Amino acid sequence: MLSSIKNRISYFKKRPVALILFLITWSAAITTVLAIAFIIAYILAKGLPHITPSLFEFKYTSENASLTPALITTLYITLFSLLLAVPLGIFSAIYLVEYSKQKSPLVKLIRTTTEVLAGIPSIVFGLFGYLIFVIFLKLGYSVISGSLTLAIIILPVIIRSTEEALLSVPISYREAGFGLGAGKLRTVFKVIIPSALPGIFSGIVLSSGRILGETAALIYTLGTASGVPKTFLKGGRTLAVHMYALLNEGLYYNQAYATAVILLLLVLIINSISAFLVHLKTKKLKG
Amino acid sequence: MNKISVKNLNLWYGNHNVLKNISLDLPKNQITAFIGPSGCGKSTLLKCLNRMNDLNEECRITGEVLLDGKSIYHNTDVDTLRRRVGMVFQKPNPFPMSVFDNIAFGPRTHGIRNKEKLCEIVESSLKSAAIWDEVKDNLKKSALALSGGQQQRLCIARALAIKPEVILMDEPTSALDPISTHKIEELALKLKPDYTIVIVTHNMQQAARISDNTAFFLLGEAVEYSPTKELFENPKDTRTKDYIEGRFG
Repeated sequence: MLSSIKNRISYFKKRPVALILFLITWSAAITTVLAIAFIIAYILAKGLPHITPSLFEFKYTSENASLTPALITTLYITLFSLLLAVPLGIFSAIYLVEYSKQKSPLVKLIRTTTEVLAGIPSIVFGLFGYLIFVIFLKLGYSVISGSLTLAIIILPVIIRSTEEALLSVPISYREAGFGLGAGKLRTVFKVIIPSALPGIFSGIVLSSGRILGETAALIYTLGTASGVPKTFLKGGRTLAVHMYALLNEGLYYNQAYATAVILLLLVLIINSISAFLVHLKTKKLKG
Repeated sequence: MNKISVKNLNLWYGNHNVLKNISLDLPKNQITAFIGPSGCGKSTLLKCLNRMNDLNEECRITGEVLLDGKSIYHNTDVDTLRRRVGMVFQKPNPFPMSVFDNIAFGPRTHGIRNKEKLCEIVESSLKSAAIWDEVKDNLKKSALALSGGQQQRLCIARALAIKPEVILMDEPTSALDPISTHKIEELALKLKPDYTIVIVTHNMQQAARISDNTAFFLLGEAVEYSPTKELFENPKDTRTKDYIEGRFG
């Protein structure tokens, strides 16, 4: 150990540029880790003491800023948006990668569109959702309006990640499938998609992260009502919107931090479950 | 008797004329080898025989390929064609599935669902490809866990499972070590009585060892096509002579 450090020092003495590059890469990596560690530690320190049983009461009142309704709404919105966007996104990507002519102008247009869609600020989507779903289609502030808006936001994420996943499946699998007389349909659905599943899945996880963190697009489509939406035509608020509302009102700062802890936990749970599933699938594929 | 006849075949990638007016007959139950330097068109011609070139959008073909006297480019279902003309690729390409599912993929594709029947096919295909003893206890294991040589024999077994009449091999041993190469060559000879085999190889010794007929290609032309012994011992064309004597390529 000690001798390896000595080796290193003598190495850097001869090559000062290498030392500078070494320090830059290390400090960059450490800064990143520290930033995340600091945020998490700060939220935990501020939030953990205020996680009390009353925070999880089913009903939200002006005396008790319970987060249960928001938690339930978050799950509704996440599930519903994914349900809308995931099939659409996956099938679009399958079309783009497996079926379309790679050089056709239509495909280029679709690719550009998805990229532009991914870069639009979410408040613009919020305004769009408000005008189209809430006002024009008369869906009001509702789970449906919110989910439709979020589905549009995560669609490009799902398309891009599925495309990448499909493209990373070796051409040789396709050749093998076609060579055995399996048509395109069977080769794509029995060979290509199963091999691409881990990548497709990580796109879905990325999208759920986006949904959990979204506020601007939801305030004008899902609204900020504090109860549990009784039907999908009723409004509500997700955890992130709930936090925003609490901070905005300025009365329940501590509860806002507690909510942040729960949100953090939710993200952690989703990430670990998906990592586990991807691990299982990869193990099955690679043996 | 000829299994496959190629007649005046021309092939273009965009504007590039890759195959120039190729005509040759491949006899049934024999091994035919295609040799020639890289880029001579030998693999491209092989892929014409089961229409794998269809995958390339830029590819254009004129002329005819006949299988048992019937055109494979006109009025033929490409999936049926590929069931009759199986292929083994340069790099072993097993699917990321279990050994069993790899072999059963073809039969399942063509409608066999019966579990017992599938087991039977898997066993007989693996035995024909001389790999049964190595994998029989691990049929559920992922095929990607096998060694390169085993993977290639698995791919041959997978091609055999759909009971093809012709097997196309595209440099099947170029990614393998000498021992695995030897096993594949033995296997090709063993399969010869039941199948018509076409093998592309850049290894002239390999062509000399296992093939009955050899075609030499250069710059998209079939320069010389004759019984293997004759082509190697007594080449008629000086270009063939130069190539087999190692002057270029």
